[in-house]
Amino acid sequence: MTDEPLLRVRGLSKHFPVRQGLRATGLVRAVDGLDFDVRPGETLGLVGESGCGKTTTGRMLVRLLEPTSGSIEFDGRDITHAGRRELRPLRQELQIIFQDPYASLNPRHTVGRIVAMPLQVNGIKPPGGIKARVQELLELVGLNPEHYNRYPHEFSGGQRQRIGIARALALRPKLIVADEPVSALDVSIQAQVVNLLRDLQRELGLAFVFIAHDLAVVRHFCQRVAVMYLGRIVEIGDRADIYERPQHPYTRALLSAIPDVTQLGPAGRIRLTGDVPTPLDPPSGCRFRTRCWKAQDICATEEPALVPRDGGRQATACHFPEGEAVSTSPEPAGAGLVADAAVVAAEPAGRGVQANVEEVSS
Amino acid sequence: MSLSPVEGVALAEIESDPDASTPAAKGVVGRSPGQLAWLRLRRDRTAVVSGVLLVFFLLLGLAAPLIEMVYGIGPREQFQNLLDGFGMPLGYAGGVTGEHWFGLEPGLGRDIFIRLIYGLRTSLFIAFAAALITATIGVVLGALAGYLGGWLDAVINWITDLTLAMPFLIIALALTPTITLRFYGERGQVSSAFGVGVLIAVFAIFGWTSTARLVRGQVIALREREFVEAARASGAGLGHMLFRQLLPNIWAPILVSFSLAVPQFITSEAALSFIGVGLSDETPSFGRMIYRSLDFLQTDPAYVFFPGIMIFALVFAFNLFGDALRDALDPKSSR
Amino acid sequence: MARFLLKRLFSATLTLFAVSVLTFLMFFALPRDPVSSICSKNCNPERLERVRDDLGLNDPLISQYAGYMKGIVTGRDLGSAQGGRCDAPCLGWSYVTNEAVSDTIARVLPVTLSIVIPAAILWLLLGVGLGMVSALRRGTWLDRLAIGFSLTGASLQLYFVGAVLLLVFVYNLRLLPVPSYTSIFDNPAKWASGLVLAWVALAFLFSAIYARLSRAQMLETLSEDFVRTARAKGLAKPKVYGRHALRAAITPVVTIAGLDVGGALGGTVITETTFGIQGLGRTAVDAVRSGDLPTIMATVLIAAVFVVLANVLVDLLYATIDPRVRLR
Repeated sequence: MTDEPLLRVRGLSKHFPVRQGLRATGLVRAVDGLDFDVRPGETLGLVGESGCGKTTTGRMLVRLLEPTSGSIEFDGRDITHAGRRELRPLRQELQIIFQDPYASLNPRHTVGRIVAMPLQVNGIKPPGGIKARVQELLELVGLNPEHYNRYPHEFSGGQRQRIGIARALALRPKLIVADEPVSALDVSIQAQVVNLLRDLQRELGLAFVFIAHDLAVVRHFCQRVAVMYLGRIVEIGDRADIYERPQHPYTRALLSAIPDVTQLGPAGRIRLTGDVPTPLDPPSGCRFRTRCWKAQDICATEEPALVPRDGGRQATACHFPEGEAVSTSPEPAGAGLVADAAVVAAEPAGRGVQANVEEVSS
Repeated sequence: MSLSPVEGVALAEIESDPDASTPAAKGVVGRSPGQLAWLRLRRDRTAVVSGVLLVFFLLLGLAAPLIEMVYGIGPREQFQNLLDGFGMPLGYAGGVTGEHWFGLEPGLGRDIFIRLIYGLRTSLFIAFAAALITATIGVVLGALAGYLGGWLDAVINWITDLTLAMPFLIIALALTPTITLRFYGERGQVSSAFGVGVLIAVFAIFGWTSTARLVRGQVIALREREFVEAARASGAGLGHMLFRQLLPNIWAPILVSFSLAVPQFITSEAALSFIGVGLSDETPSFGRMIYRSLDFLQTDPAYVFFPGIMIFALVFAFNLFGDALRDALDPKSSR
Repeated sequence: MARFLLKRLFSATLTLFAVSVLTFLMFFALPRDPVSSICSKNCNPERLERVRDDLGLNDPLISQYAGYMKGIVTGRDLGSAQGGRCDAPCLGWSYVTNEAVSDTIARVLPVTLSIVIPAAILWLLLGVGLGMVSALRRGTWLDRLAIGFSLTGASLQLYFVGAVLLLVFVYNLRLLPVPSYTSIFDNPAKWASGLVLAWVALAFLFSAIYARLSRAQMLETLSEDFVRTARAKGLAKPKVYGRHALRAAITPVVTIAGLDVGGALGGTVITETTFGIQGLGRTAVDAVRSGDLPTIMATVLIAAVFVVLANVLVDLLYATIDPRVRLR
């Protein structure tokens, strides 16, 4: 694994103007200054609650949305505002898999046509012909190549998602943005599709930006994980670090919400109170402070920077990061909360357990 | 497989569809949504009956010169000898005889049957041509407006509003002679083909807006769908997006609106001829006949009856078929 | 609400402006020289030229148009040959009919109103009623009858229906007089008997369309969840259908109705021609035939005003019927 990143994102933002009539009355800061790198062959998980800007980020990476500011560099070239013609060669190396397997396949096209579309659009004539290549791709994703002439409505959700994957692979990309590729599928099918993606990733040396709200799936699939909250990355690091030594309170809260059959009861569960603030008017300073049990005055005035700790692999944007290593599963109740005694003392630990049930999944 | 309106019309005439009817279809080859709709259409009795009727009318129109040969009377032949002193046809029901099946026109004494056949030909030709042109313009502009949005959308929308605000009949009434004059000068003899062309042009100018609106709405609904984004993410150009990705998904409503536009243009052509524009008296046309016949309402009611019934049957068949087509293409919609 | 109205009225004005410009240009390209039809017999070139000058036909197009528009807003002086001073909504002077165009309009507009308004009431009641009944009694003989009626009606031609009506009721049975217009204020009975055939013909054709539309809408609404919920929570059938379903089903009908009535008010050309009644539509047709530009402008503009106003009204009605629609 080289250190030269395949994808380098700096200060990426997307603001949507809210219009009423002709006047712009507000700005939704869907994504607000993201920095991250993806190295060749690496899988980066992008997690967060719905509405935190994950999907917007994914769309910007493949340039389905125009970034408001910031830069995206792919393979050493700046593609932030590249036109369609300039993008063309890059499109082939940068593909996307969509969330909804029912909406992402054109119902009027045969499977063959769907998978061949990227080849035809880019005028690529693979050796042996398009049909052979498409059938090879279908086989690669575990579909019967003889289903070439069938229509999407004749397939199940999991099979449709495989078709979508085959389409994304048609151009032999280096990086695939997977926008919640399994969240629309039955749980039993999810594992199959994730395993397929992992096999493909290993076999073809693909890099992935894997967008998901399901932390368990991300843990299974991703080497690195970035946690997003309200359009910003609050913590980024290697899988082991994030899952075992989360430093940001939000990450901790998310992790504690993973259902764990080995440990019943509310023991380690941190319940976040209140709603996610509107991205129309995000809180000052740290965006998480309105729901954070550690929030202090400084959190309202100063925005914490995403600073690397522990030798640089893990970065956290928090004024009061957790210090001690914790493991998510077998852990004494509330251990994480008392980790930083001084901070916890300022807020009664009990507050975290009260009231509203917070839904992590969308 | 994309289903263009032309193929759609052709479909209605083809008796069997190899893909859908052979047992092999159950195997590897899937059934496209178009084939499924075709199957549903064939099972619908109304659709079959009205479809057969339409084909019959089309054949009548196409074969008009042939019918003239067999029938032995031309559309411009006058039979003054069969009229009485007041110019009224002799005999019962407007002069219906074995020779003149639907009788004769009062005044000029032309044969009504053969004029109706030629009128059918004229009407169908104008209606199909106008429907095709308006559908094309409407699809292209509507798709562009819907897909690109922005100022183009605003402009097209506004033009649509403007077109709707203009009283069609009055404008057409004024426009037709204006266009004719531009090409022929004050006293030129206007050929009937030119008159037909002008009518089609007038229909094209005013008729495209409804299709454009329909297509625009459909495209906007589809624009954000992920399969469209997938094509965009692969670097597809505007042409591919519109004609390969979007249009195949909206053929159904376009086809329905096309099939309902044809009878509308038949009606409009008749209406224009009725208020005295459009086609010269030389060219046989339904509207022209009815307009002339109204003067003989009391004296020769049969003259009103035949063209009236004929145009009704034609429009009726089209409407029935259009309805059935809608049901077949969109089985969820209630009729 | 007020802002919405302002915005709509602004765009409506813009549309009307464009219509007037287009019409102006279009009719100046008319083949017939407007002057030659005015003095057909004893015309010498000098007199023709004088008339041209009187009409302002020798001025550049823009100043002609500006003068015309100014006349509508503030009124203008047309000169002694054209009836002198012409007051505020001045639509010009017609050399063909030799009267101020506003007088012509004042005479024929009530005719068209008398045809369209009763006919519209009739067709809406009949059409929507029939559609609702056949939707609620789906599959019965009543439903089938209504479908048959609406399909037949939608395929019939007005001039044909009109001809048959005339033939039967006027010429054969002699139940009704030959259609003509009498002011309702002079003689209501004569007013009604003179126009009833036109009402029936219009209503027959239009109600067919409305029956079809409202039946489809009602069926769609009846299958929606909120109607089933209303039934399930124990509301009585009439209440559910009347209050909940009808309201939702009627919205699209209102749109179409508004546009149809607006369009019809602009001139029921075919109806007026069939029954030989001189309303706005016939006047427009006559004006086009004789190249009477001021009358053409006036009729086209009035027709456009009706359509545009109907559009605005429909939007407003929409908001009252369907609370989901917010006016912005």
